[in-house]
Amino acid sequence: MDDLLSEFLTETGEGLAVLDVELVKLEKNPNDQELLSNIFRLMHTIKGTCGFLGLPRLESVAHAGENVLGKIRDGELAATPEAVSLILECLDTIRSLLVTLEETEAEPEGDDSDLIARLNAFAEGGGTMQAAAAAESEAAAESEAAAEADAEAAAQMPPIPEPASDAVEAAEAAEAADAPAVEQPAEEIVAQSAETAVTEEAAAAEEPVAAPNTQTPRSTRKEAKEAKESAKESKGSSIANQSIRVNVDLLENLMTMVSELVLTRNQLLQILRSQKESEFAAPLQRLNHVVSDLQEGVMKTRMQPIGNAWAKLPRIVRDLSIELGKKIDLVMKGADTELDRQVLELIKDPLTHMVRNSADHGLETPEERVAAGKPETGKIILNAYHEGGHIIIEISDDGRGLAVEKLKKKVLENGLATEAELESLSEQQIQKFIFKAGFSTATEVTSVSGRGVGMDVVRTNIEKIGGTIELSSTEGKGTVFTIKIPLTLAIVSALIVECGGERFAIPQISVLELVRTRADSEHSIEHISDTPVLRLRNRLLPLVDLRELMKLNPPHRPQSDDGEEDPKAHSIGADNFIVVTQVGSYTFGIIVDRVFDTEEIVVKPVARILRDNQMFSGNTILGDGSVVMILDPNGIAAATGEVQLAEENSDVMAERHAARREELTAMLVFRAVDESPKAVPLGLVARLEEIDLSKVESSNGQNVVQYRGQLMPLVQMEGAKPLAKEGRQPVLVFCDRDRTMGLIVDEIVDIVEERMNVELTSQRPGFVGSAIIGGHATDIVDVAHYLTIAFRDWFGGEPVDSFDTEKQTRILLVDDSPFFRNLLSPLLSVAGYDVTTVESASAALQLCEQGETFDVIISDIEMPGMNGFEFAEAIKQDSRWADVPLVALSSFATPRDLARGRAVGFRDYVAKSDREALLTSLHETLAEIRGAA
Amino acid sequence: MTRKNSTESERSSPGLGGAEETQDFVTFTIAKQLFGIPVLKVQDVLASYQITRIPLAPPEIMGSLNLRGRVVTAIDMRARLGLPPREDGAETMSIVVEHDGELYSLVVDAVGEVLALPFSAFDRNPPTLDPAFRAFSDGIYRLDDQLLVVLDVNRLLDYGRSEAA
Repeated sequence: MDDLLSEFLTETGEGLAVLDVELVKLEKNPNDQELLSNIFRLMHTIKGTCGFLGLPRLESVAHAGENVLGKIRDGELAATPEAVSLILECLDTIRSLLVTLEETEAEPEGDDSDLIARLNAFAEGGGTMQAAAAAESEAAAESEAAAEADAEAAAQMPPIPEPASDAVEAAEAAEAADAPAVEQPAEEIVAQSAETAVTEEAAAAEEPVAAPNTQTPRSTRKEAKEAKESAKESKGSSIANQSIRVNVDLLENLMTMVSELVLTRNQLLQILRSQKESEFAAPLQRLNHVVSDLQEGVMKTRMQPIGNAWAKLPRIVRDLSIELGKKIDLVMKGADTELDRQVLELIKDPLTHMVRNSADHGLETPEERVAAGKPETGKIILNAYHEGGHIIIEISDDGRGLAVEKLKKKVLENGLATEAELESLSEQQIQKFIFKAGFSTATEVTSVSGRGVGMDVVRTNIEKIGGTIELSSTEGKGTVFTIKIPLTLAIVSALIVECGGERFAIPQISVLELVRTRADSEHSIEHISDTPVLRLRNRLLPLVDLRELMKLNPPHRPQSDDGEEDPKAHSIGADNFIVVTQVGSYTFGIIVDRVFDTEEIVVKPVARILRDNQMFSGNTILGDGSVVMILDPNGIAAATGEVQLAEENSDVMAERHAARREELTAMLVFRAVDESPKAVPLGLVARLEEIDLSKVESSNGQNVVQYRGQLMPLVQMEGAKPLAKEGRQPVLVFCDRDRTMGLIVDEIVDIVEERMNVELTSQRPGFVGSAIIGGHATDIVDVAHYLTIAFRDWFGGEPVDSFDTEKQTRILLVDDSPFFRNLLSPLLSVAGYDVTTVESASAALQLCEQGETFDVIISDIEMPGMNGFEFAEAIKQDSRWADVPLVALSSFATPRDLARGRAVGFRDYVAKSDREALLTSLHETLAEIRGAA
Repeated sequence: MTRKNSTESERSSPGLGGAEETQDFVTFTIAKQLFGIPVLKVQDVLASYQITRIPLAPPEIMGSLNLRGRVVTAIDMRARLGLPPREDGAETMSIVVEHDGELYSLVVDAVGEVLALPFSAFDRNPPTLDPAFRAFSDGIYRLDDQLLVVLDVNRLLDYGRSEAA
């Protein structure tokens, strides 16, 4: 059944029940104004909803009833028993109509004009004694007429499903009017009407037969009554009573208590664990299971399908489409995806707003759409699904997308950024401006949206519940918003940290990663005029010192005995943990002393006295019984100054930069053998380790060490001193598939992001050349050289020879393995090519769409998603790159592969390991092209 | 809940002053001064308890503690009444009261006994009383050997709202 309808039935059923009681009360206290207005309101609501759902028969009956009530409320009529019974009669009619509505999902045909006439007459006549008397006689006369009319109507339209109760009523009325009554035994009606509630239409279709067959007179009144009662009973078992409404507070209370129970159970289990043998073990185990089930069950009571939040959308979209003159098709997927009702309430409005936005701003008018070669009807798709403890809601439209140029103009107009700032931003970053306050792209402010309070409110609301919102938009093709929200707010997974002797909980959802910092390690906290920052994978991570923020005591550390020092130097000690936290797209680190594990916690609101502190989102009781405060990353971000949009999402920016334009490559700078700095592309390094030299063994003339359950060959750079017997030595670990190699170095210096521009081609084996990194001439180490030392079969190729410099030929390298991308990129760059790398065929095709041009494309064959052959076909079929020569790269180069490669358009087929062959092939391919040109 | 009712009756009863009627008070001392709060307000009396400090909280908030699964906010009564802080390591006791649906633990120096006090011994606050006391005191009971200040829990704990607002 339609959700809206079933909700209406439940609600109206409840309303009617209340009305019955209230009307009876009214009869006793006819002058109780409060009671009267409540009754009037209830009736009015019923009428209103009937009208809304397009149920004219119900509406007209309710309207007439409301009329009378209105008069009574206004004091024009007295609430006499006659009036009350009339209204009760009206309610009964409504009820009987509802029964049919529930069974057949359609309003029964029929006529209520007599009841309405009486109600109206009463409203006009003023409910005096005469009127009452008249009404009585009238009622008798009319009930006769009604019976006739009903019977007639039923006889005339036998195939139309008539409700069981209607039939019963007709029978009753007919009997009262001394008319022939039902032939069919009442028991059968009983059985059928009981059935109808379950089987709906089937029984209902049979029903009308009963009415017209009016042969047997005087069927017993008792039976008819029974039938009516059973009809009532059957209704009792139907939808209206399948669910009960429970006060939300009650559920919340239940939830809290269950949460406490869970915590208590955890404590018990913890105690149990510390005891070897306990007679409590078995019962506790049982308790454990029961509590888990109970928790799940109670959680379920709070879960509601997201469709509830969507129920109103079709109508909104329908109204919008009329108002805006657009054709809109709303598609809703995953409406039965369940989430906590608290969360549901909170996202209801943002969702509605976003759908409005899509309809108003996103979709074009039919003319525009046709002109753009799109179907006339625009589509808005809502899609919800679960993904690892989160619910993902996508709102997409196939409209015009976000116009970056228009956005830029708007940004400038609103003074949100300067032109120079805009220049440096990616399209996606510019699109993100729509989440800023006071930003609306619609040129005209319509009644629908564009009031300037829009996406920023949506974003704030979603982030408030620990969710994120992202957008991706292609101009002319449409926009997709992706909302990610936690399933429930009641129990959250939290990371327990310690700072200044106090423990805090940080919601796991906002924690990206943990970084341990030490003064002497790769990660150490640096300061820019007292502002702590951390270099993390080539990005500067702003840090928030929790101790300072919370004004906590300096750490009680045994080492800090060196007298009076700057408290700040103290506070950020040598050994800290950074909790990398994300709020929206702003990433920052929180400095803490220690990190414990994660715990499921029940969020409890903080005392009112503390509620104005934004740093805390609540408090909780941990498994060990202690109270801890829950940090609110949103509040911390706000308190420490959320950075501007321009700095936001530097991840994306970094990726984009890496993808094109500057081709920044992160280099790991280290020292080995001598003082001159050496570097390898960071991407090649799997891990940085420190090995214990006493663990180094010799196998087959090679130094090896046991590493993660494998023997890892250790290689030293040429000219290095033999390894010491003990002590610790840093090692760069290189991995490819299942093989691992360690390169022993003296010291790891730094990680620098540089434009990979190898200046000199080195003639020395083991080096690919040198580049200026961090202002120093740095030797770029040829990892491949050492790999071949470690594993002779790793490549099988010869060390690279220098190659004639090509004139900045642009090469696109498509390979899913970062290892090979990073390996080949410097190699090709050394050979004088301008190399762009992408990790997948689809990324490459995107570049093609963006209008990039290349002289040669080198593509891997075995790739996830689109493989090399398919990629070649896609390019050759229709793209601007159809004429660009393709070179295939593969670990296997059998003649069959070769043939297939050539068939789809690869000019050459090179084994991955054979670098020389690759260079030769490139050389030849280009020569061929140029020769041909 | 019965809480509200009891609050009302307590408030009105001293004023009504039935001749031989008495009211029960939990007595406690802070800085050698005897105080009392109506016994019906008191949920619990605790000896020393593990308290979690709450950073950035007002100075009189000592922290929060777990009382049978409920989070209780501990309030240092000395700070609240503007009295000098107690010496480090001094023993404390707590009186747990409920206010506006939340539990608070009033940290005092020592909790005494429950006294049934006749209304005849009740006096209004002397106008010269320390404003910090007068703000939270309902009046004074004259005991044989000393005076007992009746504290109004509602006013004592309502400050959070008025000050935060």
